Amino acid sequence: MLLRTEPRIRESEVTDKSLWLDRRRFLALGAAGAVAASAWPARSAPLAGLVKSPYRVDETPTSLKDVTHYNNFYEFGTDKSDPAQMAPSYFGKPPKPWMVTVSGECGKPGSVSYDDLIKPHALEERIYRLRCVEAWSMVIPWVGVPLAEVLKRFEPNSKAKYVEFTTLVDPDRFPGQRVAMLDWPYVEGLRLDEAMHPLALLAVGLYGEELLPQNGAPIRLVVPWKYGFKSIKSIVGIRFADKPVRTTWMKAGPREYGYYANVNPQVDHPRWSQASERRIGEFRRRETLPFNGYAEQVAGLYSGMDLAVNF
Amino acid sequence: MDKLLRQRWAKPVVFALCLLPLAWLAGRALTDGLGANPIEAAVRFLGDWALRFLLIALAVTPVRQIFGWPGLARFRRMLGLFAFFYVVVHLSSYIGLDQFFDWPSIGREIVKRRYITIGMAAVVLLLPLAVTSTNAMVRRLGGRRWRNLHRLVYLIGPLGVTHHWMMVKKDLTEPMIHAAILAALLGWRVLAARKAARHNGGTTAAKPESACAAQSRSSS
Repeated sequence: MLLRTEPRIRESEVTDKSLWLDRRRFLALGAAGAVAASAWPARSAPLAGLVKSPYRVDETPTSLKDVTHYNNFYEFGTDKSDPAQMAPSYFGKPPKPWMVTVSGECGKPGSVSYDDLIKPHALEERIYRLRCVEAWSMVIPWVGVPLAEVLKRFEPNSKAKYVEFTTLVDPDRFPGQRVAMLDWPYVEGLRLDEAMHPLALLAVGLYGEELLPQNGAPIRLVVPWKYGFKSIKSIVGIRFADKPVRTTWMKAGPREYGYYANVNPQVDHPRWSQASERRIGEFRRRETLPFNGYAEQVAGLYSGMDLAVNF
Repeated sequence: MDKLLRQRWAKPVVFALCLLPLAWLAGRALTDGLGANPIEAAVRFLGDWALRFLLIALAVTPVRQIFGWPGLARFRRMLGLFAFFYVVVHLSSYIGLDQFFDWPSIGREIVKRRYITIGMAAVVLLLPLAVTSTNAMVRRLGGRRWRNLHRLVYLIGPLGVTHHWMMVKKDLTEPMIHAAILAALLGWRVLAARKAARHNGGTTAAKPESACAAQSRSSS
């Protein structure tokens, strides 16, 4: 019954990237702009000098359209089509310079710009699985830098046991923040050894291009062995801490969302069975793998822990 | 308005209108218009409409009495059956598309997920109502028994709204709207029953609306 066909888009429907990315001009264009801006495909700026990382799963990547149009990003709205719909007119381009405040238990706290944070590192392309707690999944070719290498530059001290991340609060750019759907700002955290794991990625792009706002522009976390909500978007704060932070989703549903949130087919969410998942673009469900298929690399981080308790 | 409702063509028109959501869904499905997760979109869309038709069917009697449109009564059975129809298609889409006939998994889900347990209970309770919707069944059961049986819908409505409420992750706007409408529709019945009881000297059981009477009017 459900037939999937490739979208047929006429050249005339394709909006020039510079048009829809520019918020002011978009607003000036008014209604005509609104119609044009909703047209697919919207492309972002390409990223130069990518190194193909050996971290790549041998599975078909999810289409760029689905990756950029099916997003959980409550800062734009609770519907998964909201981020793509709202982002062009509300978020526009990330403000420049994008500043990230690094604080807490480290030797070099301070405010750093996007360029200072990212540019010292070689951009890598890594193809990861993404598993949402809602039992759907994607395969995404991210572009980013290893989180560990970035964090080390700030010289975390011996008291630093955890890292917490904070999303930008700006109701002008994030219309979803005008209602208290979640306890803004969105906050997420990792144990320091998790954050230092080579798989943890600070992503700035996907499919070889800069991140679009709906995917967490300009900087987001990607922790492929954890449920998607751990991979916090549009980061403006990094803090080294001695205690774990109570994350946004833990506050919203303590029984439903834990601090670790490792992908685990054995531990059900009260709302969704985590035993299987629907890969976006596929018809049949597929089995969910422990740690989202990254058990070999990360299971050691949790040896001796009861993962049903530390869910 | 009442005159309009009594036109011969009114029933086929309403019947066609009731099929519009399904036609819309089919259109979107065939043109790749259901987004990245078409199966989830279809299941939820059908569930939404099952619930809406349940509320629409429950609204017939209050609207008929408040606005004085007796002609509305003859649509009640059809609207109720459309609620059942969308429930069946919703359940079928869950079984056939979402779970792909994985019966052990479906069984586990019904037992484990409370919102699915509640949804299934609502379906089971709807079955006898659908089966006894014919004139022959009304006659066979007799008006009083038929009416008592069909009061099950006062339980099915809350079960349906609860099923949706518990399924939603965070944004409860829609379930709250459904709950408010349901509360109004059931609340009206409580008030009407009290009023009727007062008129009867408070001795007999409440008879806010005679299902049998409505049924016989519609069977013309």
